[in-house]
Amino acid sequence: MSAASIETTTPTVPAMRAHAIHAGYPGVPVLHGVSLQVLSGEMLAIVGPNGAGKSTLLKVLNGSMIPTGGTVELFGKSIVSIPRRDLARTIASVGQENAVAFRFTVLEIVLMGRAPHLGAFHFESPHDLEIASSALDRFGLLHLAGRHIQELSGGERKRVFLARALAQQPRVALLDEPTAFLDLKHVAEILARFRELCVDAAMAVVATMHDLNAAALYADRVLLLKDGATVAYGTPAEVLTADHLQRVYETDVYVGRNPSTGALMILPAAIAAPTRNFAD
Amino acid sequence: MSATPAASASAVAPRHDLSSASSTHLTRARLVSVLTALTILLIASALIAVSFGSAHISLVRAFTDSASPDHAIFYGARLPRVLMGIAVGAVLAAVGAALQALVRNPLAEGGILGISGGGALGAIIALVMFARLGGGEATVPLCAFGAALLSTVAVYRLALVDGQLEPFTLLLVGVIFNAFWGAAIMLVNSVVNFYYAHSILFWLMGSLEAPTYREVEIVAGLGLVGFAVLMYHARDLNLLSLGDESAAELGVDVDALRRLIFVATSVMIGAAVSVSGIISFVGLIVPHMLRLAFGADHRLLLPASLIGGAAFMVFADLVARVAIAPAEIPVGAITALCGGPFFIFMLRREAKRPFSL
Repeated sequence: MSAASIETTTPTVPAMRAHAIHAGYPGVPVLHGVSLQVLSGEMLAIVGPNGAGKSTLLKVLNGSMIPTGGTVELFGKSIVSIPRRDLARTIASVGQENAVAFRFTVLEIVLMGRAPHLGAFHFESPHDLEIASSALDRFGLLHLAGRHIQELSGGERKRVFLARALAQQPRVALLDEPTAFLDLKHVAEILARFRELCVDAAMAVVATMHDLNAAALYADRVLLLKDGATVAYGTPAEVLTADHLQRVYETDVYVGRNPSTGALMILPAAIAAPTRNFAD
Repeated sequence: MSATPAASASAVAPRHDLSSASSTHLTRARLVSVLTALTILLIASALIAVSFGSAHISLVRAFTDSASPDHAIFYGARLPRVLMGIAVGAVLAAVGAALQALVRNPLAEGGILGISGGGALGAIIALVMFARLGGGEATVPLCAFGAALLSTVAVYRLALVDGQLEPFTLLLVGVIFNAFWGAAIMLVNSVVNFYYAHSILFWLMGSLEAPTYREVEIVAGLGLVGFAVLMYHARDLNLLSLGDESAAELGVDVDALRRLIFVATSVMIGAAVSVSGIISFVGLIVPHMLRLAFGADHRLLLPASLIGGAAFMVFADLVARVAIAPAEIPVGAITALCGGPFFIFMLRREAKRPFSL
């Protein structure tokens, strides 16, 4: 029926909970019993090497892949029982592939995020336009509203897709590598914007990341995956330890604290491998 | 009430009034004005088309004197011919726009993908078989529809590689289907008697010669039913531009949508082919021009293609009738002569920079 049919108000019910997920492609199992939960207002980072199953896990969480085992619950309701359009009003996903066919404008792309809220013959109302423009504004894209999506840089395009997800007004955002290929400034800005959404709009955010320092800075919880299984799951300080990371990434890792902020700081250390001479 | 400076800054930032900038997105006002302009263009082209032909007639006498040859030529030849041009052009252009959205390829079109060719073979087989065995008037369009649907599904399936629809593979499969259906039609042509040979040639070339009002009714009726289905899913077709996965995540049942659009477009192509044969490139040229002028939103592009395609076909058929009067050029030859170079131009554009037009 409507988004209201998915109860989103009880704070004790996690926005999203996955239990013992097994999933994969025909003949290729990818995930082996992964569990997680994320509360409204929380950001969960999923980290791990390439091929650990991060993107597959997101596909299971957004309902586009049916797990071979385990359950996914959205605000306490099994995700398989929720109609597609209701799901689209509650969960917004941004994948890694963001190719667009045909010359749509940036505003048109962001307004597509309103589709799950509109009937077949409804035009976007001033209210929908306001939502789209504030989503564009949040990612600093308002000046590009009338440009064709093909004319934008990769980083700008990425932000357009994040703005489209925002225009869906979701309770849960599932982001696959939202900061890949972005420069330092935009990595910080995008993650800060989603942090704001956690705080201001009680959004639950799940994001896969390669950047461990970004995960340490912005995420409330971190899930560390290797070969489709959970290595560690908890707060950044609990998960992002030298021991865990060396085990998962099979390289030497230094974990310390940023002397000026006290934030967790992860660096490749390469103790065993030859490096430059740092004596000077 | 956020503590972060960035959030409070965005809260007080001046809102750009996007609602006034209608060129950045589709508004109802723009939809109405564009469709009105195209309708005026269509009416104008229809009026020109009924006024000219191989014979000079007086429209005044045609309307006032029902015993005059002018009356007979107007109602017996010109009017059904122009109405058929409207119906067939509208159907082909709207189908082109929908198929392009479905396969995310601006070069896709019923003729180019071999769907019209399949439909024509179906129509010919129906004509040859059922003319002897006897069958209702619905048999020909029905067989054309069945064969068009079969072609659509086959072309789509064969172009899928590892679940991905590679744009140029799709076009190549279409080329092969066209060659194959063409050969099959020639085969039928060589085994049936001379009586059918003219009809078969007519289907291969694509022509609006000598239609009946009944045929106009069939094409217009089936065309409108199919178009209603396309129009109901216009927004879903927009979402498909983001990719199957993103469309599904925005609430579209992509597999069901694809099946429905396949059936609707096959009904439309089957109806058009069964009366006019293979008229290619209309579904390529018209949606492309309109997309360039008015944007990619299918809520506007589909009805604009319907009206624009009708106007285009009426003009093309006028040229076909008067260029070498009293002889006639098949209208399919006119559209192919325009469409061939147009296709090559677009193909090179797409290969260099996808969707740059």
